[in-house]
Amino acid sequence: MTAAADTGVPATTADPAYAVRGLSRSYGDVRANDGITLDIGRGEVFGLLGPNGAGKSTFVRQLMGLLRPDAGEVRLLGVDVVARPDVAPRLAAYLAQDEVAIAELTPARAVELTGRLRGLSRAAARRAAADLPDELGLADAAGRPLVRLSGGQRRLAAVATALVGEREVLVLDEPTTGLDPVARRAVWAALERRRSAGATVVLVTHNVLEAETVLDRVAVFERGRVIACDTPGRLKAAVSDDVRLDLVWRHEPPMDDPTVARLARVAEVTGRRWSARLPTAEARTALGRLTAGAAFAALDDFTLATPSLEDVYLALGGVARDLEHE
Amino acid sequence: MSSVSLAAAPPAPGFVATFAAVYAGQVARARVVRASLFFVATLQSLGLVVLLRGVVDDDRVAEKQQVVAGSVVLVIAFVALNLLAQRFGQLRAGHGLDYYAALPVRPAAVVLGIAASYASFTVPGTVIVAVVGALLYGLPLAHLWVLVPVVVLGGAALSGLGAAIGLSARRPELATVCGQLGMSVVLFLGLVRAERMPAVLRGVRAVLPSTYAADALAQALRTDPAYREVWLDLLICGVSGVAALVLATVAYRRAVGAGRR
Repeated sequence: MTAAADTGVPATTADPAYAVRGLSRSYGDVRANDGITLDIGRGEVFGLLGPNGAGKSTFVRQLMGLLRPDAGEVRLLGVDVVARPDVAPRLAAYLAQDEVAIAELTPARAVELTGRLRGLSRAAARRAAADLPDELGLADAAGRPLVRLSGGQRRLAAVATALVGEREVLVLDEPTTGLDPVARRAVWAALERRRSAGATVVLVTHNVLEAETVLDRVAVFERGRVIACDTPGRLKAAVSDDVRLDLVWRHEPPMDDPTVARLARVAEVTGRRWSARLPTAEARTALGRLTAGAAFAALDDFTLATPSLEDVYLALGGVARDLEHE
Repeated sequence: MSSVSLAAAPPAPGFVATFAAVYAGQVARARVVRASLFFVATLQSLGLVVLLRGVVDDDRVAEKQQVVAGSVVLVIAFVALNLLAQRFGQLRAGHGLDYYAALPVRPAAVVLGIAASYASFTVPGTVIVAVVGALLYGLPLAHLWVLVPVVVLGGAALSGLGAAIGLSARRPELATVCGQLGMSVVLFLGLVRAERMPAVLRGVRAVLPSTYAADALAQALRTDPAYREVWLDLLICGVSGVAALVLATVAYRRAVGAGRR
């Protein structure tokens, strides 16, 4: 991990992968980032969780030096990415939200091109073009242009281009959006392999399950601010007195039932699904009454679960419908 | 999967390697967008050549040469000016320039690679239109080798302008409109000899690099071309090409810089 030295910029091993201080950025009256300060350690898989428009993509573009902050500083392995815009492209790989520049290429060609532009020899780029689609389960589609692939396959191909060249730092904007569970697991496995080899991964996600299972630490974004930043375990521990009661109604819930009426006041309603965060004892009592009473006949499914990152997000003032649960 | 090894970051690719990779990538793209790149431009110019055959008299040799040469240069303008302006307009609007900006590449190599690829996409169309045009109008093919420098130098000039237009446009629709207007100007001013134009249009014609590409080719369609004029036209084309590509590189830097702001 000495690549920073190759750029002619001294970096010590004590430097985190990213040191972000007071980062702010506005678009007109809209504060996309508002005084963000955080460190991302070397070798971490660090997630940015939050709803659309929370400022995550603005933040990752700033991490790559693609967008100048109005105020604050971003250091990559000790190097200021604004003062030295040549450094981030040397040390980090970036996956954007869309693939407009490579849309007409096949996955294999896109990987080869990106590899060549990251400085790989022709032979190494061709090897990567053969290996990476295979690693991500995309071998069957490797010969078709991205525009003729499904959305998920296109995303996988774009992830493959981010992985070519084995950069020390991977900055990935929604790498698993639109992927089916099998493809998502292939991406997680690929990232885990890079992390095991020492890479730092920074990724944007809307997906709570992803955040809980693959991230070492997560920063929760809301309206341009980081409202929490810790390991998923510690964040969940912060709301551990509560549990989540999920109810799925078969038909119209019986509102004349006092327990149902009480839950209706506190639950987040998404179609026929009610989700309520309650103190453990209260949740147990409510579920006991529901399953023993007449309301049980109207229930299709119910779950009592320990807090998730979604509960953390809700506890911090977020809105549940903005996050994915799959 | 082979084991992952994170050695020190590889050095940034050199200018030539970047140019070659970008060029190859664009050529690979052409497989998908070949309809607009190859067929539309060629058919448009072939249509003009056939249509105008009905209105140009047999004894007006200079007009016939100009029509064929102008139609050939129109293929270059369609692809290298119009389509490239649209392409860069799309890239700029869709954050597509981030792809290159996040890679350790030199802007000039990226611009040159893309511009060169679009210039080379014009080769099949220009050859077809030149040969069909010459045969249809009874013009000699002996000096048609001049088409090679015309495509290279005219392609450089027009693709440089196309790139600069696309990269400078704030919205992709503007890039499209400007690209198409530029192509129309090349069309109207390339098909007609300067002597036949009003003075004001002659002035406009004189500042367009496409004029010199068309005039050089029109000379080459003579039985006995005045090669001094051909070389002079090609020289102007070349100088314009260099200037246009420098302009495009500046526009690229500004577009990437605007994305950062």
